[in-house]
Amino acid sequence: MIKVAIAKEKLEELKHIARRVRRHIIEMTAEAGSGHPGGSLSCTDILVTLYFHVMKVDPKNPDWPDRDRFVLSKGHAAPALYAVLAEKGYFPVEELKTLRKIDSILQGHPDMKKTPGVDMTTGSLGQGLSVANGMAIAGKLDGKDYRVYALLGDGELEEGQVWEAAMAAAHYKLDNLTAFVDHNGLQIDGPITQVMSPEIIQEKFKAFGWHVIDVDGHDFEGIIQAIEEAKTTKGRPTVIVAQTVKGKGVPFMENQVDWHGKAPSREQAEEALKLLV
Amino acid sequence: MPKIATREAYGEALAELGEEIKEIVVLDADLSKSTKTSIFAKKFPERFFNMGIAEQNLIGTAAGLATCGKIPFASTFAIFATGRAFEQIRNSICYPNLNVKIAATHAGITVGEDGATHQSIEDIALMRALPNMTVISPADAVETKKAVRAAALLKGPVYLRLGRHPVETVFNESYEFQPGKGLVLKEGRDVALIATGVMVAEALKAAEILAKDGIDAMVINIHTIKPIDEEVILKAAECGAIVTAEEHSIIGGLGSAVAEVLMEKKPVPMKRIGIRDVFGRSGKPEELMEAYGITAEDVAEAARSLKR
Repeated sequence: MIKVAIAKEKLEELKHIARRVRRHIIEMTAEAGSGHPGGSLSCTDILVTLYFHVMKVDPKNPDWPDRDRFVLSKGHAAPALYAVLAEKGYFPVEELKTLRKIDSILQGHPDMKKTPGVDMTTGSLGQGLSVANGMAIAGKLDGKDYRVYALLGDGELEEGQVWEAAMAAAHYKLDNLTAFVDHNGLQIDGPITQVMSPEIIQEKFKAFGWHVIDVDGHDFEGIIQAIEEAKTTKGRPTVIVAQTVKGKGVPFMENQVDWHGKAPSREQAEEALKLLV
Repeated sequence: MPKIATREAYGEALAELGEEIKEIVVLDADLSKSTKTSIFAKKFPERFFNMGIAEQNLIGTAAGLATCGKIPFASTFAIFATGRAFEQIRNSICYPNLNVKIAATHAGITVGEDGATHQSIEDIALMRALPNMTVISPADAVETKKAVRAAALLKGPVYLRLGRHPVETVFNESYEFQPGKGLVLKEGRDVALIATGVMVAEALKAAEILAKDGIDAMVINIHTIKPIDEEVILKAAECGAIVTAEEHSIIGGLGSAVAEVLMEKKPVPMKRIGIRDVFGRSGKPEELMEAYGITAEDVAEAARSLKR
């Protein structure tokens, strides 16, 4: 495996952006009075790495045909995506306050027709990887070198369509596609292994013909190295199984299933923001 | 008039259009020989994708291709496209208003021998309920060819309802297909027969039967069930009696769509010919049409009863 050199400053910068994104997630969901902070906080570092280090995108030209694509298959992590897009400059940070409100460009789940920078409408679990496949196939057909990234929840892997898509991505040798699994171990009703175990996730993807990489989903350097490995893996798609902590960064939310789909109160938000400095 | 299945016409039209519109890509779910996308596959193998027996992924992949400027035609049997993958069509295609064409064959009970599991009689109702979706149900091979082209040129999701069984050719080649526009095939004063798909030929026959009884029937072809042509329905209402005819459940299909227009704008007595809230069964297409009461004679009898 090739190791790419990453400047210390870059890693520091990503860390700072991730902290701002986490603060946005807390503020947005508190202001909205609903939303999914737990799974937004768990995938924040992956999204920040993608948008601020890896992906070829242009916030001034969100529909640029040659851009890299990102599909947030676990659409309920929309607050994380919106915060990252705002930080990247797709729309003003002030818009984040309007999350889930009437007439907002920021719907409860991602809507490509309303939000600049959102490449696909998602929210109903299990559908995003198929769409990413379609984007990857289109790229190959057109001889374009853009890459397609998709992020799935670990609970989401219980959806049958994910495995239809996994089969197809390997069948069509979509090496321009990289999927992430945000492996935080929790879903609404409890630990994934108790509700309906999708384990062993790595073995399943391997059996479907994918290249599998394990990574700590909060280690920027590890995430970057994994993506670089995916880029150089030819003839098959890569899945990066990222071990993450649900609610990461806010100690009272960490690994607590209750924070899957509950917004913090004003007081809880203040408390969380104090911890995110 | 030669009998040609609309799926045949679809396969041929798609292969022709592929030459002209390079953005067209075709996806199928292991039924390309039956849906006739195999003709396109043979001609443009690099633009054809067999997704295997996995309809949800078929629809999702088509959506992804559409976000990148392709015009995907996704084909399988109507029951699997609209039933198995309904929510994928809703959330991944219609909600983001993506330019995907769902061309489903083997619609209705004229699927025949395969029986109830394969006979889609709810697909119009399902597809019609979706915002942004255009629903087209061609009557014959000529109309199908023109509808396939129109669907490719329309921006946004289109559901094309096609059949397995050969149907009589109603139109000649000079026919001009206009999406969203109902067509008066025969003028009449006493009753209007509004039909779609394979029932258009039956409605024309029914008008001949009625003529012998001294009833002058208007015959209208509604190829675009959504958006529906209100104008032509209101014109039909001037006859004072309407019979709708479809190879679909009487719940949610053409009959419901026509009734919705009439109830709000100009109520007149009407009868719906269609599958009466039951499942189909195995048999020859003609036997099934008779068993389920959707023949020309059934349409004529409904018209007579309205005039009594």
